[in-house]
Amino acid sequence: MTLQLAPPRQGSRRQAPPPRRMSRFDLKGVPYLLVSPYYALFAIFGVFPLGYTLWLSLHDWELAGDKTFTGLDNYAALVTDAAFWNAVINTLGMFALATVPQLVLALMLANALNKRLKGRLLLRLGVLLPLVTSVVAVAVIFSQLYSRDYGLFNWILSWFGVEPVVWQNEKWSSWLAISTMVDWRWTGYNAIILLAAMQTIPRDLYEAAALDGASARRQFWQITVPMLRPTLVFVVFISTIGGMTLFAEPVMFEGNPMMTGGTTGQYQTVAMFIVKEGFRDFQMGYAAAAAWLLFVLILLGTMINYGFTRRIRGAR
Amino acid sequence: MTNHKRFVVTGLALTALATVAACSGGGGNTQTATQSGSAAEPVTINVHTFGGGENFGYDEAVKKWNAEHPNIQIKYQNLTDRFEDVYLPQLLQRLQAGAGAGDVVGIDEGAMGLMAARPQFFTDLSQYGLDSRKADFPAAKWEAGLNADGKLFALGTDMGGMTMCYRKDLFEKAGLPTDREEVGKLWPDWNAFFETGKKFEAAKTGAKFMDGPNTIYNVILFQEAPKNGNVAYFDKSNQLILEKNPAIKTSFDWVQKFSQAGLTAKLQAWSPAWDKAIKGGGFATMGCPSWMLGVIEGKAGESNKGNWDVAAVPGGSGNWGGSWLAVPKQSKHPKEAAEVLNYLTGKEGHVAAFKEAGAFPSSIPAQQDTEVSGLKNAYFNDAPTGQIFSASVANLQPVFFGEKHAQVKTAVEKVLEGMDQGAVKYDEAWSKFVEAGVKAAG
Repeated sequence: MTLQLAPPRQGSRRQAPPPRRMSRFDLKGVPYLLVSPYYALFAIFGVFPLGYTLWLSLHDWELAGDKTFTGLDNYAALVTDAAFWNAVINTLGMFALATVPQLVLALMLANALNKRLKGRLLLRLGVLLPLVTSVVAVAVIFSQLYSRDYGLFNWILSWFGVEPVVWQNEKWSSWLAISTMVDWRWTGYNAIILLAAMQTIPRDLYEAAALDGASARRQFWQITVPMLRPTLVFVVFISTIGGMTLFAEPVMFEGNPMMTGGTTGQYQTVAMFIVKEGFRDFQMGYAAAAAWLLFVLILLGTMINYGFTRRIRGAR
Repeated sequence: MTNHKRFVVTGLALTALATVAACSGGGGNTQTATQSGSAAEPVTINVHTFGGGENFGYDEAVKKWNAEHPNIQIKYQNLTDRFEDVYLPQLLQRLQAGAGAGDVVGIDEGAMGLMAARPQFFTDLSQYGLDSRKADFPAAKWEAGLNADGKLFALGTDMGGMTMCYRKDLFEKAGLPTDREEVGKLWPDWNAFFETGKKFEAAKTGAKFMDGPNTIYNVILFQEAPKNGNVAYFDKSNQLILEKNPAIKTSFDWVQKFSQAGLTAKLQAWSPAWDKAIKGGGFATMGCPSWMLGVIEGKAGESNKGNWDVAAVPGGSGNWGGSWLAVPKQSKHPKEAAEVLNYLTGKEGHVAAFKEAGAFPSSIPAQQDTEVSGLKNAYFNDAPTGQIFSASVANLQPVFFGEKHAQVKTAVEKVLEGMDQGAVKYDEAWSKFVEAGVKAAG
């Protein structure tokens, strides 16, 4: 340390400054310059819309109409709007109905695929296949399967003497139908991510456990699940954000995109509520306020789920 | 800390740079646009419309105009087949932004109240002498083109008229007459229509008598509104009169009666299931404005040719649907745009559109043209549709559309669908209906 603090030689001081300034810019400035395109774009397409939405949410503004500043009136109206809360409940309900079975299934699937199986690669690719199809295609096909008159599910139910179900008519039936669409598409994706994480768990942990006489089930719960914790947190985050912004599936399920989510809003999600207010009823300020509340909802949902997944403790 | 700050500054600087570049780019564009508008070069008039299939049917009319007017060239674009959820929000955004809208734009009936309440966005057509066209249009069509300032901002294109379409094969199966004259005589009024429906159901053909609540509700509403002061959801001072207007209650009661008697196939109009039932024979009758004939032909397909026919509607004349053309104020060539609008809404334009797309003309001289009145529809067993539709719009009264007509319409029809499908109880339906309408009018 002391050696390095020795004063520099006189000559070098005079020659150094010009190249040093250049190299300092090279070192400190250029990296920022190189990453700046992303941030510039993010500022235009991310930060600005966010801020503008916030600004809009403080106004009573009908599209192509008068704009008046109303402060927090839109928010006050939203929290007492039964239709908004209906949309929130629908969103949360479908999120729970879709995500819980999806993650459990994905975990089981990943565990199964982690075993020594014949044709492992093919099976692993197979679970990813639904992800390749577009959301709209999935929703169109499923909506047909769930249709009242000529749908596959009602046909199967009719074998057991069940009257045709109008899937769009009740909350439970529409939620179930939409949840299956979400699960069909995303279970494989989550399974592959969990599988990748499982493969990083050292084998000797299992060997040691097996030597101690731990059963396969016990190994799964005491080693696999705790070791997957960071990945589970990621998967839960992504599912939460996806579930809270659920849009394409219920819209396609409705068939005619007026965004009401059924005749009495049985399956109108918050995202649909926002589009309906903004682009069907042209209440831009109100829609902007709802968008910000959705943002808060996602934050809350993610935080709660984070707390939940954090409780998965290491093996003791 | 310092690093962070510096990064923010760099970011901001870059953003500013990008913005400046974007602005100068925009400026350049405007300049070219102005140059092309100078006297030496021909003026281009953009005509924007919407609608599926043949939509406004202007291809031939535009070709003819462009050949005859080298100095004013029409660029005709049908932007989308969806009005409410694509065309209208886009048009409003372009009006608000002050750029991007066509020089002549099509507007559907449902949004006429909304546009009439925004006079700041449209050119007053009487400046260019188009107020002289008043005698060409029925009062119903003319008055909807006057905005909140009392200025003429839009002229009519097509109109719906009103008939009743029916499935000949299903009527035969049910032992009902199949000839369109005799079928028309089955139902002079809605009571007789109801009784016919019960007979049809008793025959157990496996099909339902009518499609669902939406079409029949609109048919009856537009027959009843002229009997109750020519207003629907809003009175002429834009106050919601949902509960007070007997026209609405009458229409609602009829829908409820049909639904409760089990005459409907419980289908929501414009849904995929509805499409399938039109093709598969899921129901036997449907209220039919002229444009609905094209819808049925498109959805039922070639294999059903001759199965559908068209008869007189119960309860007399009426109209459902139709469109208008207007010139946005942002147009750089309002004079030329008004000339084009005048041509397209004139007799020649109307007749050409009728021949091309079957859009029934709202212009009276066009209606009286033999090419229109003599037209037969091959798909519907050569029904004399020209004559049937002319009769259905005789003595048509205007109906006033409030600013939020479209929103209220969507909201209350959702309740009707819910009632028909069982999600809303019959005895609670009226109060839910009113509640939904009041909320949408907000």
